[in-house]
Amino acid sequence: MDPGAPFAYEAPDMSKPVAIEDRAASQPALWSDYLQLLKPRVMSLVVFTAATGLVCANQPINPLLGAVAILCIAVGAGASGALNMWFDADIDGRMRRTRARPVPTGKIRGAEAATLGITLSLFSVMLLGMTTNWLAAGLLAFTIYFYVVVYTMWLKRWTPQNIVIGGLAGALPPAIGWAAAAGETPLNAWLMVLIIFMWTPPHAWALALYTSEDYAKVGVPMMPVAKGAASTRKQILIYSLLFAPICQIPAFTGLGGPIYLAVAALGGAVFVLLAWRVFRSRAGDAPDERIEGEDRLYAVRASSKDARNLFAFSILYLTLLFAALLAEHLAKIAPLELL
Amino acid sequence: MPPVPAASVDKAALARARRGRNIALAIGLVLFVVLVYGVTLVRMGGHVASRPL
Repeated sequence: MDPGAPFAYEAPDMSKPVAIEDRAASQPALWSDYLQLLKPRVMSLVVFTAATGLVCANQPINPLLGAVAILCIAVGAGASGALNMWFDADIDGRMRRTRARPVPTGKIRGAEAATLGITLSLFSVMLLGMTTNWLAAGLLAFTIYFYVVVYTMWLKRWTPQNIVIGGLAGALPPAIGWAAAAGETPLNAWLMVLIIFMWTPPHAWALALYTSEDYAKVGVPMMPVAKGAASTRKQILIYSLLFAPICQIPAFTGLGGPIYLAVAALGGAVFVLLAWRVFRSRAGDAPDERIEGEDRLYAVRASSKDARNLFAFSILYLTLLFAALLAEHLAKIAPLELL
Repeated sequence: MPPVPAASVDKAALARARRGRNIALAIGLVLFVVLVYGVTLVRMGGHVASRPL
């Protein structure tokens, strides 16, 4: 850990999650609590990007099979979420953002969450394989494995590069969708994966800049905790400078058309501008000791404004990029193929 | 240390929650059956008619 890091954190505890079952059962679990285990908001982004991959494949697929493929990918993502909530219950219960989740609150036992996650993983992979093809099913199985074992169990509590490498799991759905429709994953499918992969670090670190106290408290070495806010802001800028040009590539490879290029170029410029503002800001820094009372609280909130702006815009930008691809392929607008 | 009294449990709320979960599970299972049935029909297509008798 850098000596300049603003928050001290305890050594990561890689032992099995603390048993929380004893707290269970005073409040009955509703069906909606089980739905919450599947992280519906993450599922919606997965559905969107996977559907875009499926449509961009430009292969005729029966609408029912296409819908079932998307459902399987969504359920697979949900299963990963349930397994993540099972394993991370010990730290989720101590972080403001996650302490209301069903396992740490004791509404659902950890073992139940794990069982649901494993069952849904098997169902989703098998059904996707039988419905479409085993390349898509294999990619889905790999995604679940990567998110649960490589990211959640290994990288998350071990290295500040956790979300950089772990981001691959969140980036794969377009390739799964493409494989489901076409039975193959050409370079354009991996280009969509690369876009989400490169988007993840600036997106997640912008959030981490203003939630790093939570991560420090539970010993998760997110970049601002392990390397300090200044280093994180610099890395956000570097990743953004790489990410924005990568988003333009689909216009050269026969994937994106004029609408996509316009969205990618304008949005990319705004993204880099917001990343520059984060770089110049004091987002994530410890509050100035000389400021007292409410002014100190305000100073902290004001400095995180730039990070919040980048975080919010990053979601909008990714959504617009994929919406442009989806719209162009549905409307049969010819891609540019500038190369 | 004195034993901690067990948390009071509203039995009616428990029953309501269980009923809700059971209904959700039933709907999920029925949807799954319908889904597999539909997928089977689509995957077989017209080939089922051309199999050797």
